[in-house]
Amino acid sequence: MEYLLNPWPWYVSGPLIAFTMMLLLYLGKTFGMSSNLSTMCSILGGGKISEFFKFDWKEQSWNLAVVIGAIIGGFIATHFLSNDVVTDLNIKTVEELKTLGFSNAGASLVPDEIYNLEALLSLKGIAILIVGGLLVGFGTRYAGGCTSGHAITGLSSLQRPSLIAVIGFFIGGLIMTNFILPLIF
Amino acid sequence: MKYIKFLLIGMFFGIVLVKSEAVSWYRIYEMFRFQSFHMYGIIGTAIVSGIILLQLSKRNIIKGANGSPIVVPLKENGFKRYIFGGIIFGFGWALIGACPGPLYILLGTGVYSMAIVIIAAIFGTFIYGIIKDKLPH
Repeated sequence: MEYLLNPWPWYVSGPLIAFTMMLLLYLGKTFGMSSNLSTMCSILGGGKISEFFKFDWKEQSWNLAVVIGAIIGGFIATHFLSNDVVTDLNIKTVEELKTLGFSNAGASLVPDEIYNLEALLSLKGIAILIVGGLLVGFGTRYAGGCTSGHAITGLSSLQRPSLIAVIGFFIGGLIMTNFILPLIF
Repeated sequence: MKYIKFLLIGMFFGIVLVKSEAVSWYRIYEMFRFQSFHMYGIIGTAIVSGIILLQLSKRNIIKGANGSPIVVPLKENGFKRYIFGGIIFGFGWALIGACPGPLYILLGTGVYSMAIVIIAAIFGTFIYGIIKDKLPH
């Protein structure tokens, strides 16, 4: 039980993610968590405005079941399968974040400074959430996939486009974390 | 009822990503600062296991549910869309510390502000659908 409640090591988690991908491929579907965003656009009537969303979303509704499952999985993991172990971050990371204004780095999954109610009600706070969401939603569709679709499925099947996309993910991520985040906080 | 299996797969995925700490904003920060091996270990072992599993299915050792071969859809060729789209995605990934799967998983863990991010992400996808023909691909 102790093993279950503690955070799982990377060499356990990685293969389990690959197993998730195989389960979906086994059922004739693809492991790509961003597809549901397009499905949602289609359900909301996006097809009336753009050809891109003109597809039979009922055929894609399975990915909404995966999404609902993911929400339930997140709930189960935090409420029944966790102890309150603090994320074992590099000491340097914790100190660095403290100078940027993030206290208690690793005590929860996301920083209060970005996600709590106080942040949400500030102009800067809500701007970060909205801009972040727009970038993820726009970028993932432009790149034709996200971390699950490109980094896991695409690279596992040795596809060149996915390698380019993942290199892009890292260029963007490195610029944001190392140059833009220090300007925002 | 055919949705039950997809619901279960989603639940399994959600539990794995929380327990692996891959949904932690801090782990993403740490990864992009090269201060920990953790995320590289997760992504690396996922890809290596994925390659092995897909090679086994290529040799018909692992088959699909109805006995047909397992097919991974091919991404269309290109460069610009993958690099530009990838960079834009990377900006968002590092800023909010979550990619499309963790958006929902974190909502389930009780990060309710994530609902705003999800709505914005749907809107971002919608903007792409509208201006897609004007973008280099």
